[in-house]
Amino acid sequence: MESAPSSAVIEFLGVSYHVASTQVLSGFDLQVRSGETLVLLGRSGSGKTTSLKLVNRLLSPTSGEVRVRGVSNADSDVIRLRRSIGYVIQDVGLFPHFTVEKNIGLVPRIQGWPEDRISARVRELLQTVGLTADTASRYPHQLSGGQRQRVGVARALAADPEILLMDEPFGALDPLTRDELQREFLLLQRRLRKTVVFVTHDLREALRLGTRIALMEAGRLVTVLAPSEFLHSTDSLASAYVRAFGEGLESAAHRGTS
Amino acid sequence: MSIFRFMLQNRDQILELTLEHLRLVGFSTLFAMLIGIPLGIVIAHRPRFNKPVLAGANIIQTIPSLALFGFLLPVPWLGERSDRLAILALTLYALLPIIRNTFTGIRGVDPAVVEAGLGMGLTESQLLFQVELPLAVSVILSGVRVAVVISVGLATIAAAIGAGGLGEFIFRGLAMVDDRVILAGAIPAAILALTADFGVGWLERRLQVRR
Repeated sequence: MESAPSSAVIEFLGVSYHVASTQVLSGFDLQVRSGETLVLLGRSGSGKTTSLKLVNRLLSPTSGEVRVRGVSNADSDVIRLRRSIGYVIQDVGLFPHFTVEKNIGLVPRIQGWPEDRISARVRELLQTVGLTADTASRYPHQLSGGQRQRVGVARALAADPEILLMDEPFGALDPLTRDELQREFLLLQRRLRKTVVFVTHDLREALRLGTRIALMEAGRLVTVLAPSEFLHSTDSLASAYVRAFGEGLESAAHRGTS
Repeated sequence: MSIFRFMLQNRDQILELTLEHLRLVGFSTLFAMLIGIPLGIVIAHRPRFNKPVLAGANIIQTIPSLALFGFLLPVPWLGERSDRLAILALTLYALLPIIRNTFTGIRGVDPAVVEAGLGMGLTESQLLFQVELPLAVSVILSGVRVAVVISVGLATIAAAIGAGGLGEFIFRGLAMVDDRVILAGAIPAAILALTADFGVGWLERRLQVRR
């Protein structure tokens, strides 16, 4: 086991991934630092989601290496790896036959936590994501889209993972709910300091939530920039993004939790 | 003499043959579930096998039942007891709906749910028993329901090889050209089929997951 640079929690080292003859990701090098929110920004098919799935080994690289906490994914126990990483996706994927409580408590339960500790954890998490305690006994079909995604976040946080992977988690929500959840995400992240990899195609969201923004195009990493740098970048793709999103981006970058 | 009086007079024999009939259907459905559900699960997870397995079950289904009973007659251990043979034949017929519905039910589970489950670190068997099967159970049961109803009907033909069941009345009635005797077999068989259809259907609705 080689030791990694102390601050890099996730490392992509010359990672390529292809399906049949289609190159989805090539020569991908990226480091995600402890406690930061790294946004993967790019259009559909740029390889954002693929990169994310390489981290929790839902996919394995064709060549190159992905390391989590200094250990190559190829060598780690996949079940333990995944349980140490929270995973939130756009379609949420709540278990429709489980109550909210069972959805959130599933991984702790599998890991053999005692029942009273699980229910205490569920109550705590519901509060953390801004849901009332009586939500615990409801079923996913009884919740609104925003509530469902809150439960999805709570479920991902259940076993207190150090790393959180979020694949367009707010993409399917209406603008008001999205705004609300983005704000709460920032507040939560200020408190929890997870290492987050956040996928989006929305520049506004990237500027608001990201510590750094990794811009992707056609399976390659174009550049990695802080939000304030992004707006003034001379990179042609970055400036094309800025033009496409138009006015008011400056305020998005500095908006934070307001 | 009315049919009902005839049935009343022969109630002991009707009861006995009904129980025999139930035994044939019960065992064959049980065996078909024990084979068909695991097979359906396997082909849902290993798409390579789904065509050959479903094609095989389909082909069995196209063999005329009387011919299948006949084909199996010379098989050593089976041929000794006609009820064994009947149970095997009925099992083979029940396979298709059960395999197909298990396959469809598991493949029909929302991919986002499967992805979330894998992503949070469920093992394949945890995913199967805690997520996929509970979500597929009503679809699987609707396959079982079809299988049972088919079996109740087919089992009447088992009487042709001496396996007993309500078919005895039907064949006897045909030979005697007596409608009452035919109906004494056909009516209880129809009631059995409807009851099974209703019973499994009720279970299916009970276990249906709202989404």
